[in-house]
Amino acid sequence: MRVVIAEDSVLLRAGLTRLLTEGGFEVAAAVPDGDQLLRAVGEHRPGLVVVDVRMPPTHTDEGIQAALVIRRQYPETAVLVLSQYVEESYATDLLSTQTSAVGYLLKDRVAHVSDFLDALRRVAAGGTVLDPEVVAQLLARRSDPLDQLTPREQEVLRLMAEGRSNTGIAEALRVSHSAVEKYIGNIFTKLDLPPTATDHRRVLAVLRFLGT
Amino acid sequence: MSGGAGGVYCDDVRSRALAAGGAALGALWAARSWRATLHALTGLMIEVVTAVLLLLWLGDIVTLIDGPGSDQGNAAFYVVVAVIAPVPLLWWLGVLSAVQRVRFRTVLGVEIPQPPQAAGRWPWRLARAWGTAAAWRQLGYHLLAPVTGLVGGVLVAVCWSAPFVVATYPGALPVAGPRLAVLAAGLLLAAPWVARGVARADEIAARALLGPSPAQELAQRVDTLARSRAEIVAAADAERRRIERDLHDGAQQQLVSLALNLGMARAALGDVPQAARRAIEAAHEDAIEALAGLRELVRGLHPAVLNDRGLDAALSGIVARAAIPVRLRIEVATRCGPSIEAIAYFTVSEALTNIARHARATRAEITVERAGDRLRVVVTDDGCGGASPGGDGSGLRGLAQRAAAVDGALSVHSPAGGPTTITVELPCE
Repeated sequence: MRVVIAEDSVLLRAGLTRLLTEGGFEVAAAVPDGDQLLRAVGEHRPGLVVVDVRMPPTHTDEGIQAALVIRRQYPETAVLVLSQYVEESYATDLLSTQTSAVGYLLKDRVAHVSDFLDALRRVAAGGTVLDPEVVAQLLARRSDPLDQLTPREQEVLRLMAEGRSNTGIAEALRVSHSAVEKYIGNIFTKLDLPPTATDHRRVLAVLRFLGT
Repeated sequence: MSGGAGGVYCDDVRSRALAAGGAALGALWAARSWRATLHALTGLMIEVVTAVLLLLWLGDIVTLIDGPGSDQGNAAFYVVVAVIAPVPLLWWLGVLSAVQRVRFRTVLGVEIPQPPQAAGRWPWRLARAWGTAAAWRQLGYHLLAPVTGLVGGVLVAVCWSAPFVVATYPGALPVAGPRLAVLAAGLLLAAPWVARGVARADEIAARALLGPSPAQELAQRVDTLARSRAEIVAAADAERRRIERDLHDGAQQQLVSLALNLGMARAALGDVPQAARRAIEAAHEDAIEALAGLRELVRGLHPAVLNDRGLDAALSGIVARAAIPVRLRIEVATRCGPSIEAIAYFTVSEALTNIARHARATRAEITVERAGDRLRVVVTDDGCGGASPGGDGSGLRGLAQRAAAVDGALSVHSPAGGPTTITVELPCE
């Protein structure tokens, strides 16, 4: 899979390029700012973009802005945003258009090499990867109907938001598959999401959870 | 023995007399004496002009009161002069004061500061200017100065010129002979001291009447202090932001790179000795831990998101990391300045840290609202109370100081047994 990397630190750009290459990705371009990222994406049409939030010229949220443009213009390109700090407001922006093929991770996570490569593959495959810290922030923030969820149900919803499947949730919580289904059923009920033919309840529950 | 002692005494007296005589003669050509003399003489010239103008105006008023006679045109002229006199008078006062300030500065090297000007547009400014004490004090000086200036100037001139007058017109005075010579010499020797005394008296009058009043000086000082304090607070904040950015661009990226490389090394470890594997694993974990520590430190300096997106975004971050459930309510339509936002942010951050450490609370609530030009932050918890901003090591004390530095206030209400409420009120334009 072709990847474009945007990261203003020379050291880290080289490190990420090496890591991704060794992880089996083809790094088409590695650029230092948002404008060059958009040009590179237009040119190479990568399957995945890895982008740092804080880049020149303003060193604020260029990465998020660039990611939003990519989401709009090249919906087939998956985006993983890396940041020194995860901020709920960046996450909400990022997830506002669509919640698939997107990820938002703390930069530190690149040190856990195999987990990081795994997260990249999940995003590239259309999944959603959110840093546990982002999820904690979102959970802390959005209270009203979610307050009714038991801690276990919140945990399940959090894992859903992180992009896990029922099997993944069952493994992470060390519970049976049917128990997970029961929790998810409770969540749908408490969030007032009856089964319909037109809506994807799982996505709606995650969106409710994310407060969008 | 006694003769010896008497000799010493006589020497002492003689040397003192010599010294005094030397000082008296020295004063005759000391720069200070001549400056004082020049000051008195320039004063004399200015005051002659002022006195003439003053007399003309007084003459006008007196004539008006007496009745200007039967000539209608004449009467109208006097009325117009009397009525419009305050306008040029005010202007004239300004000119005279400026001249006096120049005189004090160039001749004596004394700076008489200008009192603050009345504000506003022209006709109102005139009324307001006459409503200020400064205008009346200036008027007082310029009414007093012709008298003191003329008397002082003449006195100084007489003292200096006494020997020459006596030498030129020996018969002009009722005394004669050696007594006249002693009188003339005495006046001459006294001249420097008289000149200095006159200059000093004029200086005191000018400082009191031409300069700003003590209240105005105080007000100016408060203005300056408030401005410089705001600048210091802003500079300190800017410095924190700079350090945050330097660490973000430097050490943090290098440490991420280090952790990444160690992670790759760890993943690629094949058949290596157990010791080497353990060392690399430990290094990798240490790097990750250092990264987390550095992140906390840097965020404690200044959260980048606060600049980018404001209090709401920054506070939801720390609320999420709190150990207990925290309800956050923010109603801030327009953002405040960066210094104010930083104080509000760190107040919440410190309050949550205190709650986690000491309060034994089960939940907390944070309200941030902006009402007009005030930002109000309230943090409440249901813990055991007893918090106070007085303790030396308390972060609350530092925050109270930071709030006070921008004319804000921090109050802590924390009775034993709880609950605790910390309130910060901050000004924001």
